[in-house]
Amino acid sequence: MSYIPTTDEQQQKMLADIGVNSIDELFADIPESVKLKTGLNIPKAMSELELTAHMQEMAGKNINLDKYTCFLGAGAYDHFIPSVVTNLLSRQEFYTAYTPYQPEISQGTLQAIFEYQTMICSLTGMDVSNASLYDGATALAEAASMVCEATRRNEIIAIRSIHPESREVMSTYAKFKGMTLIECGIQDGVTDLQNLKELLNDNTAAVLVQSPNFFGAIENIKEIAEIAHENKSLLVVSCDPVSLAILKAPGDIGADIVVGEGQVLGNPVSFGGPYLGFMAAKKEFTRRMPGRIVGETVDRDGKRGYVLTLQTREQHIRREKATSNICSNQALNALAATIYLSVMGKNGLKKAAELCLQKAHYAYRKLIETNLFSPAFESPFFKEFLLIYHGDADKLNKHLLEKNIIGGFATERFYPEFKGGYLVAVTEKRTRDEIDRLVSEVVSAC
Amino acid sequence: MLKKEEKLVFELSVPGRSTNLLPKCDVDEAEITDMIPDDFLREDETCLPELSEVDVVRHFTHLSQKNYGVDSGFYPLGSCTMKYNPKINEEVSKLDGFLKVHPYQLEETVQGCLELLYKTDKFLSEITGMDGFSLQPAAGAHGEMAGLMIIKAFHEKNGDNKRTKIIVPDSAHGTNPASAATVGFDVVEVKSDERGGIDIDALKELMSEEIAGLMLTNPNTLGLFDENIDLIAKIVHDAGGLLYYDGANANAIMGISRPGDMGFDVVHLNLHKTFSTPHGGGGPGSGPVGVKKQLVPFLPKPVVEYDNGKYYFDYDRPLSIGRVKSFYGNFSVIVKAYAYIRTLGADGLRKVSEAAVLNANYIKEKLKEYFHLPYDRTCMHEVVFSGQWQKEYGVSTLDIAKRLLDFGYHPPTIYFPLIVKEAFMVEPTETESKETLDEFINVMIKIAGEAENEPEMLLNAPQNTPVLRLDEARAARKPVLKYERGL
Repeated sequence: MSYIPTTDEQQQKMLADIGVNSIDELFADIPESVKLKTGLNIPKAMSELELTAHMQEMAGKNINLDKYTCFLGAGAYDHFIPSVVTNLLSRQEFYTAYTPYQPEISQGTLQAIFEYQTMICSLTGMDVSNASLYDGATALAEAASMVCEATRRNEIIAIRSIHPESREVMSTYAKFKGMTLIECGIQDGVTDLQNLKELLNDNTAAVLVQSPNFFGAIENIKEIAEIAHENKSLLVVSCDPVSLAILKAPGDIGADIVVGEGQVLGNPVSFGGPYLGFMAAKKEFTRRMPGRIVGETVDRDGKRGYVLTLQTREQHIRREKATSNICSNQALNALAATIYLSVMGKNGLKKAAELCLQKAHYAYRKLIETNLFSPAFESPFFKEFLLIYHGDADKLNKHLLEKNIIGGFATERFYPEFKGGYLVAVTEKRTRDEIDRLVSEVVSAC
Repeated sequence: MLKKEEKLVFELSVPGRSTNLLPKCDVDEAEITDMIPDDFLREDETCLPELSEVDVVRHFTHLSQKNYGVDSGFYPLGSCTMKYNPKINEEVSKLDGFLKVHPYQLEETVQGCLELLYKTDKFLSEITGMDGFSLQPAAGAHGEMAGLMIIKAFHEKNGDNKRTKIIVPDSAHGTNPASAATVGFDVVEVKSDERGGIDIDALKELMSEEIAGLMLTNPNTLGLFDENIDLIAKIVHDAGGLLYYDGANANAIMGISRPGDMGFDVVHLNLHKTFSTPHGGGGPGSGPVGVKKQLVPFLPKPVVEYDNGKYYFDYDRPLSIGRVKSFYGNFSVIVKAYAYIRTLGADGLRKVSEAAVLNANYIKEKLKEYFHLPYDRTCMHEVVFSGQWQKEYGVSTLDIAKRLLDFGYHPPTIYFPLIVKEAFMVEPTETESKETLDEFINVMIKIAGEAENEPEMLLNAPQNTPVLRLDEARAARKPVLKYERGL
């Protein structure tokens, strides 16, 4: 296939106008020593029909959540996506546009981001939100750098109940930025407050906590905030935005910066990406935030409009002194989140959260009743919970797969201390029938 | 484009209105307070609007009508490679077997995803002359960061701890120095020579055992190929440094020259530029990072391997810099890039670069009489002009850009690279026709005339857009970063 519209004849004409005889002459500045002598070893071009067949074949090698019932979460969730979201995202004016550098012809993107920022602030209880970051894990890592700069301290305490991959990403960032990452233990599936008190010291920039955490358990943010603030350390909370429809906004109970994974807001699981990380903070951290921020202003006629603003934080102006090297956002994913939150609305998001809560607790009760699992913790949870499976979790999942069920996440790979750890996620999409089927298949597996 | 003001989504809200999309609860319900302690529960309401479905659809449709995409028209934004985004790539990326796959599914249930990642790694390695890629980085800047981490880890592994500095040309993208700083390097700038390449004497002077590496875009941000690349590579390598290739401009060289053959040790690519994936209004992109053999062990983990008929994730990589992102990268974006490579093949990729370079040179020749061309030599995929002749008539490059909006074009990149005064950087890409280029050229010539004879046409531009010029200073001075009235 080819997407090049110029014909050979036109190309000849253009070459003549330029004053050269061949296209090769245009590459004369490339020394012969570094020119490719043979063609690239890439398979020959496919037609659209061939490509479609090839891609369908490859996609067909994966099982997908349309044909299987999913109880797997652990950081990526099978939530309901209204058809409106998918439909509006396919408008070319949104998806084929660049970053809104020319605000006069980018008001669509800019206004949508402004609306997104407002929604994120409201959900998190914060003063200011950026336009989004790569994902939840990198948002947490960026927050870690931010708090070190803000406090001029370089130690971060991260709770062990934070998503293990987020901790891995933070650990990579920390290693190269000269920050020290310290892990605080857990007790009953949530922060071990005693351990936290012991770890806090004069060099602790912030405590980083996730709630609901990797185990689905809800952390006592208020108490952690008090402990952190007593030590003049900041509190960064990573949270599930769907849960915030029913849970207290972290900003109202002491968080200084709130981040999280926004995939749950209208974005498909998509084998791990693209997602969006959100970040919101108290006003005093505005100028320390990484990434794009949109602000309201007026045009020459006094008409309301939106622009990228506070750009003196950013790399294209500050270069090596920028707050971060980030020069983009996950605009289309943030747009999905904005459309999702608009179409679900105040009551719809609350209902989704309540359905998650009810269904997860129903599944929990039913699974415990089988006597094949025991509860790992007693802490309250939202849409996901950790059980201890008395059998072989991998075998169980293979059995479930044969019955068209994608089972829970076997957590031993990240938490060897919980032998038989089995993390089950139940979103608003799961029906009673599906949950009952999971329970009966679990029973027949043993 | 739609000129009528569109209210904010919150201003459209009507109490009591709803879409009611979700089913009734079908399980035995418990009291919420029996599940979650009272003092964890939210008391206030969120700001989310109350709307009908059609309200939402019209609102976002109106917003889209205030936007300009590649499908709307010519988008010659230099260094951004705003080429056409093939629709078939969108379609195949949305197949259920790609879009509705959970990242933690058992490996035997995601063999198609793993195969795609594995093959993309091999294709990108071939195109760049590298030995292995990580597809984890989510954007170009993220790839830069990962690449620089690899360079740092490599030197540290060799006990070469003095290497704390990275050299960056004065023409470099802003992300280069910012990424170097992010990874804890000090940044040293090397100046460009009169032909727009790296000043060799200046480079030699900067080299020492404190230099970890040099970051370079080739062709560089002036759209020029650095003819001394062999010598530059030798100078850096002889002094024990590594060469980093910023792949932002890779659209000029596919099938013609490879960073690996030029002597580069690390490269990142922007799949959202060279490999045609849409920019999404600012993201998601994808910035894979590739390396030469000696650096492969340092790549982010996991990487996909193939053995005995099965694809699998290899996590057992003790020298890896670690993870830079959750899961495996922006998978859907990678699917589109893979589809692009397969539909073009080796010959098609080479033709892309040939046509991109031809188009840029055509614009250069046709406009150099009307706009100052600071480096008058054959360019690659983009050409940098200066608006300094027009400056004499009291108009700036910004005014030229704003006037282009009135003619229905997205303007070129302006005021970059920093080493050219009043710079504007035109990158037509290969997907534009001669007719489009000729029309654009005519408009630019017309604007050059207006600058001289009716400068107010430029100073008052744009007039033909949803809003007029916006007061950016006010936005920064008194930041209003969210909607508050009436909430």
